[in-house]
Amino acid sequence: MTFIPKPKVFHPALPKNALGLTRRDYEGAITTLCAGCGHDSVTAAVVQAFWDLSIEPHKVAKLSGIGCSSKTPAYFLRDAHGFNGVHGRMPALATGANAANGDIAYIGISGDGDSLSIGLGQMSHAIRRNVNLLYLLENNGVYGLTKGQFSAAADKGSLSKKGEGNTMEPIDGVLLALTLGASFVARSFSGDKDQLVPLLKAGLTHRGFAFIDIISPCVTFNDHEGSTKSYAYTREKKVDIVYADFVPPTHAITADYASGAVRDVVMHDGSVVRLHKVAEDYDPTDRDAAYAYVRELQRRGEVATGLLYIAPTSQDMHEQNATVPMPLTTLPFEQLCPGNAELQKLQQRFR
Amino acid sequence: MQPTNVGNPDYFHRVVDCQWACPAHTNVPEYIRLIAQDRFTEAYLVNRASNVFPGILGRTCDRPCEPACRRTRVDGKPVAICRLKRVAADHRDEVKELLPAAPAEKNGRRVALIGAGPASLTVANDLMPLGYQVTVFEKMPKPGGLMRTNIPAFRLPAEVLDEEIGYIIDMGVDVRYDTPVSSLQQLLDSGEYDAVFVGSGAPKGKELDIPGRWDTDQIFIGIEWLESIHFGHVESVGEKVIIIGVGNTAMDCCRSAKRLGATDVKVVARKTRKYFKASPWELEDAEEEKVEIVENLEPVRFIVENGKLTGMEFKQFKSTEVGGKLQQEVVGTTVIPCDTVVLAIGQDNAFPYIERNIGLEFGKWDMPVVDRTTFMSTRPGVFFGGDAAWGPANIIWAVEHGHQAAISIHNYCMGVAVTERPASGVTLTSTKMGLHEWAYSNNYSAAQRQKMQHVELPVRFKSMTTEVELGFTAEQTAAEVERCLNCDVQTHFTDSLCIECDACIDICPTDCLTITRNGDEADLRGRLKAPADNLEQPLFVSGSLKQTGRVMVKDENVCLHCGLCAERCPTYAWDMRKSMVAIPQASPLLQIQVRA
Ligand SMILES: Cc1cc2nc3c(=O)[nH]c(=O)nc-3n(C[C@H](O)[C@H](O)[C@H](O)COP(=O)(O)OP(=O)(O)OC[C@H]3O[C@@H](n4cnc5c(N)ncnc54)[C@H](O)[C@@H]3O)c2cc1C
Ligand SMILES: Cc1ncc(C[n+]2csc(CCOP(=O)(O)OP(=O)(O)O)c2C)c(N)n1
Ligand code: SF4
Ligand code: SF4
Ligand code: SF4
Ligand SMILES: [Mg+2]
Repeated sequence: MTFIPKPKVFHPALPKNALGLTRRDYEGAITTLCAGCGHDSVTAAVVQAFWDLSIEPHKVAKLSGIGCSSKTPAYFLRDAHGFNGVHGRMPALATGANAANGDIAYIGISGDGDSLSIGLGQMSHAIRRNVNLLYLLENNGVYGLTKGQFSAAADKGSLSKKGEGNTMEPIDGVLLALTLGASFVARSFSGDKDQLVPLLKAGLTHRGFAFIDIISPCVTFNDHEGSTKSYAYTREKKVDIVYADFVPPTHAITADYASGAVRDVVMHDGSVVRLHKVAEDYDPTDRDAAYAYVRELQRRGEVATGLLYIAPTSQDMHEQNATVPMPLTTLPFEQLCPGNAELQKLQQRFR
Repeated sequence: MQPTNVGNPDYFHRVVDCQWACPAHTNVPEYIRLIAQDRFTEAYLVNRASNVFPGILGRTCDRPCEPACRRTRVDGKPVAICRLKRVAADHRDEVKELLPAAPAEKNGRRVALIGAGPASLTVANDLMPLGYQVTVFEKMPKPGGLMRTNIPAFRLPAEVLDEEIGYIIDMGVDVRYDTPVSSLQQLLDSGEYDAVFVGSGAPKGKELDIPGRWDTDQIFIGIEWLESIHFGHVESVGEKVIIIGVGNTAMDCCRSAKRLGATDVKVVARKTRKYFKASPWELEDAEEEKVEIVENLEPVRFIVENGKLTGMEFKQFKSTEVGGKLQQEVVGTTVIPCDTVVLAIGQDNAFPYIERNIGLEFGKWDMPVVDRTTFMSTRPGVFFGGDAAWGPANIIWAVEHGHQAAISIHNYCMGVAVTERPASGVTLTSTKMGLHEWAYSNNYSAAQRQKMQHVELPVRFKSMTTEVELGFTAEQTAAEVERCLNCDVQTHFTDSLCIECDACIDICPTDCLTITRNGDEADLRGRLKAPADNLEQPLFVSGSLKQTGRVMVKDENVCLHCGLCAERCPTYAWDMRKSMVAIPQASPLLQIQVRA
């Protein structure tokens, strides 16, 4: 296979962000995924979101497990930190890394197999801890890397490439995250960057666990007729419930929308996520209502997308544990490791 | 927008910027690829099919292709298209046997051509294979027109001219040297010719009639002076030489003066550099030879003392640019000492041998009225081309005029209306050879444009005929050919196959592609992934896509033709297809098809 590298030539009018970087500076190695894989589109959306937010690439950590989806951190932000762990264990890595240094941005990339099959327990606990992490579940309904077996996210009745139907009930990442108390829950589609990019930006700005289930078709093993995770099926069934607009903190908010249809949520850093609701009575801050709504659409065979739930205030892992405000890496050694005498004193308290 | 019709030969032709800009539509990327494969002879033939004189043009062409070259918009410098042409010419094998020959049996039609410059020679080249009997009347002892008498041999060696003109004349053209036509009426009345082509050029240099002009014999007209140098009538010049004017002729005059022994050569221009007629590379070559180029001066008078030219007086300007326009105000006068002045301020047409009562209408500026498409004058059967048609241009335009006039003459002689032009066509061939393999070098080379090496100054000044440019080395050629973006290998889209996965859009290094809802052109241009503000570059718009009804839009502007979109497309909706535009010529024999 002779790939040429993506030429390092740009459009003459390629814009620069506040850091003086172009979007191309946020790319990584050329992808080795199948041509047409949804995961590559998610990668492109991630590149766009980090560039838009002018996040310094070296102040980002990319974490993942195993799967085609989990390979993608290699394809964006070549200057970021990264750790590619074992199957399903990305949440543990992210939790540990975040505990040591909460000052950089964390993005975890996972698949439906990685998160909902082998890594289900891992994901659940990261949600519970509200680790400050943008968690992407690139959902194609199959184990792409191992040639297309149904994953735990495969819908009942969805057909495999060979024509066999799936007999088991699916685990829906969005419903699971809602029940486990996730503070930011969204669903999107790799084929809709207009929707996905603002969601990624909102997720990166959210302090706490931001979960986005992204339907990301496996073009090789699950894009046929009868699949419920194909490009065509997703386009047909996708319903945009809450469109999120990301408004950076420096921008004044001027437009006034018909009340009811629009709702602004102010984020930790002062930026605003503006929610445009298609259904006026939908309340994206009411967890139970969100759950019921998503469930209802599911029953009708439709897929609810958008920013489905956001907790306007939530305490992330550091806040809950009252950790030191600075990264452990910058903590003076004497404070990080106060010595045997201090340890003895501490132990004395438990006797 | 309506879906783009890529079956229209013009659409993909326009994408090949160089070929589109070339008056004769030379298939540039095709010959560059052939050079890359060391197939110099075929590269030469591809050139010759369109431009007839690859060796000559590879040294002298005005190269309208280069400013148009897409590579300029990508890394700032065009591919050295012109000098690669010379590479093909220099390294080719014998081609004589491969060129179209004139049939032994003639078609019974006779055509007279006036002048043996590039325009007439092209007409002969195109008509001989069809069996025409072609007679050329030339007032000079040798063929070539200004290419021989005015373009100095240090830019264009005589052997190159002889060889390429020989290919045409040796088909059996009857050239009558030293035979000026003194009356067109007589020629027409002789009844010997079915058609006449006037290719006598624009032979008169402009005068500068200011005080002192006629008081000395040290003031020369550029094109006459160059001709005298060519024939050896002028072998020396003064020490301090002023050239008035800053076009092509001026550049050849100043460099010739250097070789005749002048030590102080100044080229004087009224305007500022941005407005000079000479090409940037000609200015560079002159400056390399220590010629001084002086701006903002307008001649007032020649200073002649005791019959000897001692200097020139000029009005001096201060130049400013207001709203993109040059504004000049007089700020004083200045005198530049000199002992010789050469006037190179343009050429006029002159047709002293054409009677004004033979039904051949003359219009503005005493120029013949010539149809822009058919090249026929108002007298049926009399055609014009080259500098004679609309004033001085260049060799490649003379060639294209010759091709078009040949089509008309052929029509005229065969009883077909001259307005009936043969149609052009386009063929598309996939270049896909494997999953990630293409029949062309699709990888982008970051190499910079190669710099032509020149003969050292003292050596070149010793003679009038030492060719200055050395030609590219093998290494330079190898680097330069890879700079070509293969603009003729087209991105071809099949809308019914697209599943809107965005893979092509995400991979494209130069953000050419967008899937969006349709709109009119101005609206679409504002909504693409990258600003599409180069209005000279077309947009490709597909039909509605199956899943969402949106359209695929491609801004052709800075496409690298790297094929990555086609490599990343899961459904082969994008393919890289080589386009071949068929440019009609009088004889189908002239159409060279080279297997790529
Ligand atoms: C100094 C100079 C440098 C140039 N450099 C370049 C260059 O680098 N690149 C480029 O592309 N172009 C260049 N040009 C322009 C180019 O040479 C001309 O545009 C081109 O030669 C025009 O071709 P033509 O066939 O129309 O006429 P010409 O080349 O002018 O040929 C006309 C022929 O007709 C003959 N003739 C004229 N009257 C009669 C008659 N009554 N009977 C018989 N024969 C007659 C003449 O002797 C001449 O041979 C240059 C021009 C000049 C003056
Ligand atoms: C511990 C362990 N068990 C099983 C595997 C085999 N395996 C590799 S990838 C994969 C599933 C990946 O599925 P998913 O996370 O949905 O990623 P996709 O390839 O579909 O993007 C499995 C089961 C493994 N690598 N490690
Ligand atoms: S890059 Fe090559 S094909 Fe494209 S315009 Fe330039 S010379 Fe022509
Ligand atoms: S060939 Fe395709 S990928 Fe390459 S620059 Fe052109 S449109 Fe973009
Ligand atoms: S890669 Fe192919 S299928 Fe995908 S959007 Fe582009 S043209 Fe369509
Ligand atoms: Mg999967």
